[in-house]
Formats: sequence, structure tokens, C-alpha cells
Amino acid sequence: MSSVLIKDLTLKYDHLTILDKLNMDIAEGEFLVLLGASGCGKSTLLNCIAGLLDISEGEIHINGENVTWAEPSERGIGMVFQSYALYPQMTVEGNLTFGLKNAKVPKQEIVKRVAKVAEILQIESLLKRKPAALSGGQRQRVAIGRALVREVKVFLFDEPLSNLDAKLRADLRIELKLLHKRLKSTIIYVTHDQVEAMTLADRIAVMKNGVVQQLDTPNGIFHRPINRFVADFIGSPSMNFFEGELVAGDSITFSTKDLVFNVSNYEFINTGAVSCKASLGIRPEAVLTGEHIPENFFRCEISVELVEPMGSDTLVWTKLGGENFRFRMDGKASVKTGDKLTIGFDPSSSSMFNAETEDRI
Amino acid sequence: MVNNHIVPNGPKPKSIFTARNIMLYGTLFVVAIYYILPLYVMIVTSLKGMPEIRLGNIFAPPLEVTFQPWVKAWSTACTGLNCDGLSRGFWNSVQILIPSVVLSIIIASVNGYALVNWKFKGSEVFFAVLLFGAFIPYQVMIYPIVILLREMGLMGSLWGLVLVHTVFGMPILTLLFRNYFSSVPEELFKAARIDGAGFWGIYFRIMLPMAVPIFVVAMILQVTGIWNDFLFGVIYTKPDIYPMTVQLNNIVNSVQGVKEYNVNMAATLLTGLVPLVLYFVSGKLFVRGIAAGAVKG
Amino acid sequence: MAQSMRPNTLLRNLNAKIAAMPMIITVLVIFVGCTIWTVVHSFTKSRMLPKLEFIGFDQYERLWGTSRWLISIENLFIYGICSLVLSLVIGFVLAALLDQKIRFENTLRSIILFPFALSFVVTGLIWQWILNPDLGIQSVVRDLGWTSFAFDPLYNPDIVIYGVLIAGIWQGSGLIMVLMLAGLRGIDEDIWNASRIDGIPKWKTYLFIVIPMMKPVFVTAIVLITSGIVKVYDLIVAQTNGGPGIASEVPAKYVMDSMFLKQNLGQGFAASTMMLLCVLIILIPYAYLEFGGKRNGK
Repeated sequence: MSSVLIKDLTLKYDHLTILDKLNMDIAEGEFLVLLGASGCGKSTLLNCIAGLLDISEGEIHINGENVTWAEPSERGIGMVFQSYALYPQMTVEGNLTFGLKNAKVPKQEIVKRVAKVAEILQIESLLKRKPAALSGGQRQRVAIGRALVREVKVFLFDEPLSNLDAKLRADLRIELKLLHKRLKSTIIYVTHDQVEAMTLADRIAVMKNGVVQQLDTPNGIFHRPINRFVADFIGSPSMNFFEGELVAGDSITFSTKDLVFNVSNYEFINTGAVSCKASLGIRPEAVLTGEHIPENFFRCEISVELVEPMGSDTLVWTKLGGENFRFRMDGKASVKTGDKLTIGFDPSSSSMFNAETEDRI
Repeated sequence: MVNNHIVPNGPKPKSIFTARNIMLYGTLFVVAIYYILPLYVMIVTSLKGMPEIRLGNIFAPPLEVTFQPWVKAWSTACTGLNCDGLSRGFWNSVQILIPSVVLSIIIASVNGYALVNWKFKGSEVFFAVLLFGAFIPYQVMIYPIVILLREMGLMGSLWGLVLVHTVFGMPILTLLFRNYFSSVPEELFKAARIDGAGFWGIYFRIMLPMAVPIFVVAMILQVTGIWNDFLFGVIYTKPDIYPMTVQLNNIVNSVQGVKEYNVNMAATLLTGLVPLVLYFVSGKLFVRGIAAGAVKG
Repeated sequence: MAQSMRPNTLLRNLNAKIAAMPMIITVLVIFVGCTIWTVVHSFTKSRMLPKLEFIGFDQYERLWGTSRWLISIENLFIYGICSLVLSLVIGFVLAALLDQKIRFENTLRSIILFPFALSFVVTGLIWQWILNPDLGIQSVVRDLGWTSFAFDPLYNPDIVIYGVLIAGIWQGSGLIMVLMLAGLRGIDEDIWNASRIDGIPKWKTYLFIVIPMMKPVFVTAIVLITSGIVKVYDLIVAQTNGGPGIASEVPAKYVMDSMFLKQNLGQGFAASTMMLLCVLIILIPYAYLEFGGKRNGK
């Protein structure tokens, strides 16, 4: 059974369309990440699911019930916000119990639930404190706790880690992942951080201008981006692109002004290979150097223009076919500007996009 | 302060008796005199007997201090037929003040909250017109309000005046609360909705406890404004329940009898005392109130 | 319980709408309704009682043929210009002085602002006493030996409005000072550091850099002062009661006297409509600047 089902969800302000005919089917226990740049509509979508925004058209079902017009508190959801949004005048305990009291949950039950959640999140010692006396990480735990005590099946997270510093963010990320494993509840999680999305998600929905571009597993998103936007948006450093022409003859080739790649083994989708103007993208991670290069790879010699050591690996900038080209090398590799290197990659496992529609070929 | 040392500007002056400082503090001293002197003159005049006033210098301190003028101003000074002094006006003003302040603040705070968190179709338009209303000269609306109050049977009564104060205090107070509530993170409101709190639940349980400082500011603003009102008091009440300002003006500017300047000044001071005390006690909050009300207007 | 039907739009947010009723009624009945009522009745021949017998612009013709109204307008004009200029200049200069990291800043600010806590009636009466020619400043200076000294604005029709002005400035300039001070404090310290590095004299920095940066504060101050000027009434009633003769009459008082003393409602309505017109002339450019500007900014 699907846990959250979104049908043709549309949101308009005046004549501006914010969300356009969105469809999503989120399975029970799934961790779904909504990923996109700011203003893409991901937080808006989350607010619509929560019932904090009235939608213009479409339906929202949660746990099999049509909740399109239900009050936020009646939807069986818990929500965690970026700014924590703890009630400043209440203690941690007050924050945890406010919703339960509103829902007229019996006293003993409230005590039981608070104790359980406090134990899970290890905030027992903080219960009598006010939010102002807590650190950022503690506040976010309390905010998560406030969602947990509701004992619902669906949790909505709106950039919950963005206000924390890098180290704390990484720690809480792991905790969230463990929490999800333990609770087995459905989570819809909004973020603009690719690393969070990749590490946490069962599936990622990449959004742009109120439209879901691609809804797939992290691997699918990374290796088989559905269009040029997703290919460019995911991955850091981003994908290398070559503009050129796809020629489907006896052997299938992709040729730019100076380079010709054999892409006979490329997995074409739908229509198969048709000659057209196209672009070919290679992830910097897919490039090999020196003796590791297999026989069937495209290979060539380049001269290093710039080296960015990043510790675990080294990013090398060069020119290939007149275009900027980046690739990763082992962090221990000793390269410097001006070095000549042999590099290679497999054009058939690249991503190709129609130059006009920008869709994957 | 470290920034100031980036550019050495000659040796740092050690003494405060530099030409610049003498000019600066001299000017400020003269300015302070202009603002404080009238208050001083009032106080000394109110403590002198009439013969001393006629002969002496208004700036001179009293040779013989007497509190008689204060007593007379409070309890026996005459306005028209009544001769029970300003005390009557004082209590009238208190009776007008309390319900007006309470009612106007309740309404304005709910308005501000609804305007920020529960926008409905047209709410912004109503707010814009409300703000615009703050600039319409009262004289334009005065007479129709007389008719409305007469129809409601409230003309000349205390509650009529309370209503008028509530109406005319609404634009600035609503603005004050709206600005305050819009500075409260929206996520807090969303969290409360998910927690199942409704319109009034969120207002009383979440917003009200957070807005205590702004309530104090609003109270200062309203107490001062309503206490100092003259126009509405003179139009919408009758002599029995005239507020203090109206009664003060009637005492001082009455044409009958000999002018008793000392009593007049005592009466004036008495009337100004409530806002003055409030001003000096509340200090920074008063400044914050007028600045908040004005800058964002 | 969860409902699947789209609820009636009128019922959604019902509590908010109920809570906003006082505001909605105030706006519709008082600010819009009463204003229109008065404007409409200014074209009638109402006298003792309002009645809808239209006589076109007769009330306005009579208004502009009345010397008392003309004097009121003249006074408003003089008072308005002087009060605007003086308040801005005094307010800014005082704020700049207080901004020099001086000692006693809080005390001085309290002293300069305290008159603002007082009512216009109290202000008017204080200055009526200080400007009393027989016992006030004039007599003090004469007693010092300068026997020909004359300073009796409240008894001299030619300068009475300046006597009112002194009181008005005393009462209101503190507010402008506070606004300006807040504006000055809002200016980035780095602006001052940059101008010091460039060797620009302080007064030039104020005039050519700081004041232009404080444009929004000035606009607010101007709107505040002018809307206050149009409403001037209590101060006049307390300090001069329009005298000597009719030398210090103002439009607001003309309206009040027409309505409540002379039983000439039509004149009152016409005069108050003219006041409204004055405000609109000030307000519309302001609203245009404020809100039109924002739209362009986006």
C-alpha cells in the first residue's frame, strides 16, 4: 500500500503556477528526498502535503485516506522545520506535549510517549529546559522529538540540517538514517544538499520550476540522469559535456569538431539510436588514467592545466576537444600543471542528451 | 571600536577640554536648556503665591514655597458651574483610559495576528485602507460619528468615547502588532498548526506569550495618546465626564475672574504628570514604541 | 474528521474573518463611509442639521470668500513650512550631535524627547505662560535693563503664529530627533571609515553621503510632520484660542467652530473636505514613491 499518494497536484498564485500537475506514489517506509535549488517548489510541495497551503487542483492521500482538505493536524503527519520552530516560552517537555494536549491524548499516554521519545533521542536530561538554553543540535533533536511523539506514520522534514554546522550535520545525518531504519516510517525530506540526498534517500525527486524532473534511486539519478538539467545539477564537480552530433550508421558514433567517440554499446532508451544534434556527458569520476585504462576505452593524451588537491582525491582541470574537462585522480597521485597524461573513459557508459529537447537519448 | 584606530588622526586627544568638545557640549547644554526650562518655569510658578508672581521673575525660584496652588487646582478650581477642581477630570480620564486601552490593544493585536498568519481574500486591502485612514484628518469623520453614536445611544457617554478611541487607535496599533508578528518565524506558526492548535489556540498559547514586550509598547503608546486627547473628549462627552485635558483647558482659559497663574501651572503639571511619569519610567520602551510606530508607518 | 470535499471558501479561515470584523467595520463604516458621507454633504446646504439638498459648489465658494478661512489657510501654510523645515533641521542636527559618542547621551535624549509625552493642551498652556508679555520672558528681559525689548507673539497678530510655532517645535522635534538618530545608527560604520580614509571632512560626509542614505527616514519624518500639521487644533485652542482676533485661526479649528459653535454644518463639511484634499496631495506622491518604487525594485 502506498503511504503518500499525490495526484495531479497543482498550485497557482493568481496566474503564476508554482507546482504543475505533480504525481508521486511514496511507498510505506520509504525515505524520499525532494532535491532542488531554492525556489524550485520543493518546500512548497512539502507544505501542501502538510496541509499548510491550500492546493488549487489535485488530490493528496495519506495512508489511504483522501486528506486534500483536511486540517494539518488531522493528516497523520509529523513535521520538522529548518529553524526548529520550537515554542520559545515552553520547556522542551512543553514543546513535546503541546500537540498531544491539543489532541486530548490521555495524560498517562502523554507521559509514556514523551519518555519513549526522550529515550530514543537521548534528550531526557533536557526536558525541563527552555529552547534558548539548548545548542543547535539539541534543538533539532527536540524538534524531531516533537514530530515523533505524534506517533504517526509519515514524517516531513523541511531542510532540517541546514542551520547546523558541517560536522554536526554529518553526525545528525547518520542518526537520522539509523532512526529511519528503526522506526520504518515514511519520510519525505526536503533539501538542497546533494550529499544529504544521496546518503539518506531510497529515492530522490529532483525538482525544477515546480516540476519533478526525475524520480529515481540515488544511483539512477547519478548514472542515468533523465535530462541535461539533472545531469548538470547532480554531482560535484559537475559533468563534462561535449556538444556534437550523433550519427547512427553501421557503427554508432558521436562526433564533435575534433573528437569522435564510438558509442555502439550505449544503452539507448525508447527510440534507440537516431542521428541528431546531441551532447555527451562524462562524469569526472568515470575518467581513468595511465595503465588502468581498459582496451575498449576512448583514450587520449592531455596536458594538465590546473590541479585542485582535495585530500582524498585530486581534481585535474584540462582541455579536451576545445572544452574544459575535469576529472578525479587518486589523492596520492603527484601531478602538476603542465604534466602530460594519458586518460581514458568509456563513451558507451556516458549520458547523451538531445541538443534540442535536452532529454536523455 | 578597533576600527577607529586604523587611521591615526594625529595624537589622540587625552583631555575632554578640546575645542571640539567645548563646542559640542556647549551646544547640547543650550539645547537642553530650551527643552527643560519650560518644565522648570512651570514647577517654580506652581509653588509661588500670586503676589510673588506679579512682582517677580518667572525664572526665579520661589522665595516662599506654597502647595496651596496644587491643592486648589486639584480640588476647588472652577470650570463653569463645577468647582471641584481637576480631580473630577482625572477620574474621568482614568475611567475612559482603562477600557479604551484594553479594548484597542485586544482588537489590534488580534488584527495584526490575523493579518500575518491567517490572510484571507481582501485582508491586505482592508489593512491598506486602515493605514490610509490614519492620515485622514479627524475633522472629516467627526460629524458622521456624532450621528452614529447618537443612533447607538452612546453620544455623550463614556463608552462612546471609548469606542472612538478604539477606532482611531486601530491603524497604528494594528501596524505595530502586524510588524511584530511578521517578525515571528512563520515555521513556528506552521508547527503549531501541525500540533493541532487553531486560530485562538495559537494566538493565546504561542503568539501572546511571545509578544509581551510589544504589548507594553502598545500600552505606553495608547495611555499617552488617550490621556492627551482633547479633540474627541470635547466632542463626544458632556461636561460631567470631560476628560482631564478638556477640563484643564476650561480652567486655565476661562474668562471669568482673576487669572491665578500658579493654580493654572499646577493644574497643567497635574495633567501632564501621568504621561510624564510613564515616559520617565518606561524610558527605552517609550522610544521604541514611537520609533516602531513611526519608522515603519 | 478528514474531509475530502473542498470546503466553502467563505467558511475557510472563518475564525480569522470573525476576529477581523472590528477592523473591517472600522474601515468600511468609519474610514470609508464617514469620509464619503462628509464629502457628499459638503455639496449640500446643511446648516443646523445635515440634509441632502444639493447646491453644487456654493459652500466652497463661500468658504474661499471668508477672510477667516483665508487667514486659516495662510497660517497653516506658514506654520507648516516653518515647522517642517525647522523640525527636520533641528531634529537632524541634534541627532548628529548626539551621535558623536558623547557622555550623558541617554539623559540628553530623555530631555529632548520628554515634551513629546505631553499633550498639545499642556504644551499650549506652558508656552502661553512663558510668552506672557507682562510676566514672562519679555518682562524678565526688560527687568534686566533692556526696557525697549519686545517679544509678545501671543498679543501681536502679525507674529502670533510664530509664537505657536515655538511651542509646536518644542513639543514635536524630539520625535524627529529620535527617528533621525535611529537612522544614523543604521548607517554602516564602514561608511565612516571609508570616508575617513578618503579624507572627506565630516560635514561633507553628512551632507553628501549620510543624508542621501537616510532618504527613507526623511520621507517618514516629512509624512509624519505634515500629517500632524494638518491636524493642528488643540495647540491653538489652548495657547491662543485663535486670537488675538482671528489672527491664529487654523483650518481644523474653522471646521470645529463651524460645526459645533456656529451651527453651520455645510461650511464645516466643505472646510474638512479641503483638509482631506490637502492630505491627499501630500499622501499620493508618498504612496506612489513608497509602493510604486517597490514594484519597480522587484
